[in-house]
Amino acid sequence: MRINRDTLRTDLIAKLQEISGETVALCYQCGKCSAGCPLEREMGILPHRVIRLLQLGQVEEALAANAIWLCAACHTCAARCPRGVDLSRTMEALRVILLRRGVPRAALGPPPPGAPQQTIVSFLRKYSS
Amino acid sequence: MPRIGVFVCWCGLNIAGTVDVERVAEAARAIPGVVHAETYKYFCSEPGQNLIKQAIQEKRLSGVVVAACSPSMHESTFREAARMAGLNPYLVQIANIREQCSWVHTDREEATVKASAIVAAMVAKVRRDEPLEPLKFPVHRKALVIGGGIAGMQAATDIAEAGCPVILVEQGPNLGGRMAQLSETFPTLDCASCILTPRTAEVARHPLIEVLAYSEVREVTGYVGDFTVKIARKPAYVDWDKCIGCMLCQEKCPRKIPSDFERGLGSRKAIGVNFPQAVPNRPVIDREHCTYFEKGKCGVCAKICPVGAVDFEQTETVREEKVGAIVVATGFDVLPREAFGEYGYGKYPDVIDSLAFERLNSSSGPTDGVIRRPSDGKIPREVVFIQCVGSRDPDKGKPYCSKICCMYTAKHAMLYRHKVPDGQAYIFYMDVRAGGKGYEEFVQRAVEADGALYLRGRVARVYPEDGRLLVKGVDTLSGQAVEIAADLVVLATAAVPREEARGLAQILKVGTDEHGFFSEAHPKLRPVETMTRGIFLAGSVQAPRDISESVAQASGAAAKVLALFSRDELAADPLVAAVDESRCSGCLACQPICPYHAIEPKALKDRQVASVNAGLCQGCGACAAACRSGAMKLKGFTDEQILAEVGTLCL
Ligand SMILES: Cc1cc2nc3c(=O)[nH]c(=O)nc-3n(C[C@H](O)[C@H](O)[C@H](O)COP(=O)(O)OP(=O)(O)OC[C@H]3O[C@@H](n4cnc5c(N)ncnc54)[C@H](O)[C@@H]3O)c2cc1C
Ligand code: SF4
Ligand code: SF4
Ligand code: SF4
Repeated sequence: MRINRDTLRTDLIAKLQEISGETVALCYQCGKCSAGCPLEREMGILPHRVIRLLQLGQVEEALAANAIWLCAACHTCAARCPRGVDLSRTMEALRVILLRRGVPRAALGPPPPGAPQQTIVSFLRKYSS
Repeated sequence: MPRIGVFVCWCGLNIAGTVDVERVAEAARAIPGVVHAETYKYFCSEPGQNLIKQAIQEKRLSGVVVAACSPSMHESTFREAARMAGLNPYLVQIANIREQCSWVHTDREEATVKASAIVAAMVAKVRRDEPLEPLKFPVHRKALVIGGGIAGMQAATDIAEAGCPVILVEQGPNLGGRMAQLSETFPTLDCASCILTPRTAEVARHPLIEVLAYSEVREVTGYVGDFTVKIARKPAYVDWDKCIGCMLCQEKCPRKIPSDFERGLGSRKAIGVNFPQAVPNRPVIDREHCTYFEKGKCGVCAKICPVGAVDFEQTETVREEKVGAIVVATGFDVLPREAFGEYGYGKYPDVIDSLAFERLNSSSGPTDGVIRRPSDGKIPREVVFIQCVGSRDPDKGKPYCSKICCMYTAKHAMLYRHKVPDGQAYIFYMDVRAGGKGYEEFVQRAVEADGALYLRGRVARVYPEDGRLLVKGVDTLSGQAVEIAADLVVLATAAVPREEARGLAQILKVGTDEHGFFSEAHPKLRPVETMTRGIFLAGSVQAPRDISESVAQASGAAAKVLALFSRDELAADPLVAAVDESRCSGCLACQPICPYHAIEPKALKDRQVASVNAGLCQGCGACAAACRSGAMKLKGFTDEQILAEVGTLCL
């Protein structure tokens, strides 16, 4: 991967931070969010890795991750993060960007067994138009 | 008949967990001459010491054996307790049944037998102990500080402020050390010269500090309270007393040479000062690069000098001084550029080290503080910083962490962004070590406010590509290889001891660690002392240190010096060698063996004998072992005592 000023400071990242109100640079990659995420087993790319991709300017990679759809929007990560990052808002912003592009929602199956009730609620929200 | 008391310590479970202490006491009671034996949980505690004092008085003990931890831990504690109870402190012996027994064994039965044997050996020794009196020496209340960096200046100022005169020897032409090269300093970002210049001026002005710049310590003899030092003043080829510091010579000198002070990024003249605010503000001629010394012609400086101060004939002068204590503050260096072939350091001009970056960023530096890359003077838009270069690299560099580079690299990323707002700083790191007051917050500021991108991983290669430098590294956090086309690459090279440090350590007869940093007497409890009494350490001569730590340690060293100077006389352990003159044949086999040069011949009426300078003798006993006529004895460790110990152990 080749990075430079232009790949790091794109309009898309600015937009993302504007929608979410969260600064991706704040995250210091401790991983506590992923450790506490109720869907951590299903995520594929763990939540803290999603943020890392954004720090490295790899927004498209983050947008392609199933994780952003699986995110239950339960805000557990936000409650635990020592840096005050609300990762679920960033997840939401990523979904919003995709929806604004008119990209259909990822084809996810039913919420994985054992996931918190809130997952069902958020799945309903995410999958109803 | 001797009356010996044996005190077997449990040391909590440290000893009692492995050794049956009651059985050891019981065995001791059976030794002839032992009139008292007891055990206690912690004899080093106040009540424990009281038990010993009580037994000394009640049982009229003539000798004491404390079976406990290593003598280096508590020998002095127990000797002091004995003294307070009226027993000569040198009639106390320690049987080390912790480090040399309980800690290294697991079998309780065997450990108990061994502990009893160690106790018996020390009983045999203490029976042959003689009461000794501490030696007394006068104190010269004047200190020598070697090294005029921030640490040396702090120590000198503290000592002088307490009213004791100080000689401050600096090998370079000016005070300040590395700090004089720095631009702004973490964690407050105040400019280095703003905090340094008033300090150097204060030191130079202080009526009790004599600054000897461009000087070196050549020889040190004597001992604590009474050192004699030879200090050589190197020829500057300028008479500094006549010189008025106008620097016309520097202006007119036709020879331009690369400046070490500017890390090769700028030039200096063959005569002149390192930087305009240098203290003392006096020039030196770089003999190796001066046209006059090369060809015998030129002498422009001598012609222009309004006071005739230039003196090509100047030679080294040596003076002798007596001092009571020495503070070593000779600082550190960074790894030389040759060490990092894979980063192209020394090959590509735009690969520089962090000290060079300090100069680029300094308003008195070669670019007046504008950050320009060395190759073409362009403002770099992408700058890669590489941390841990040569540090934490046991295979090819140094195994230790250099401690200061995480912090100064964060500082560099900040300062760079302040000067080049549209630039991007990348920092390759392994861990960010920011343990200090306000340090972690400082690093986070570099990320949050100044957008530094930290990439966790080492860089493998740097090579030129289309007029830039391609940096190949990795981001282990995302598991991806990373390539950056950089305009400038800055290496945070390992902090290392100065090359001359070992030589100075030899002159001072103090130890260095495996890397060459000066060794402290104890890493935790005696961090500013050396193993040689009266010689103290300050600053980065001991290990990589930042400014605040260097200053704190310097004040600590000064406090130690002042504690020494607060006494009229110094007391020293009387466990030194002494000659039985009636048996000495005068062969002086002992003299070359003594590592402390404590032995001199002494003339008697009809013959010569050896004599020991008790102030210099460190009680190592090498001479006693070498003496063929058995005349040399180490007090407290006589042949009879050692044979009695060994005899007891082997029976
Ligand atoms: C790139 C870089 C950036 C840094 N930035 C910061 C920062 O922002 N903040 C911070 O707190 N710290 C910083 N530091 C660390 C700082 O430089 C040191 O903490 C400080 O210089 C230590 O001072 P010192 O007096 O121990 O040693 P030095 O500064 O090395 O001074 C030692 C002095 O002793 C003299 N000397 C050496 N040998 C002899 C001898 N045999 N006889 C007589 N004199 C001798 C030397 O010429 C020198 O003047 C930085 C270091 C580097 C490399
Ligand atoms: S918990 Fe916060 S700081 Fe830690 S990795 Fe997650 S978002 Fe980053
Ligand atoms: S010209 Fe003479 S007086 Fe002026 S700085 Fe040089 S040596 Fe000193
Ligand atoms: S201070 Fe930081 S950069 Fe320097 S060696 Fe230690 S971990 Fe590496």
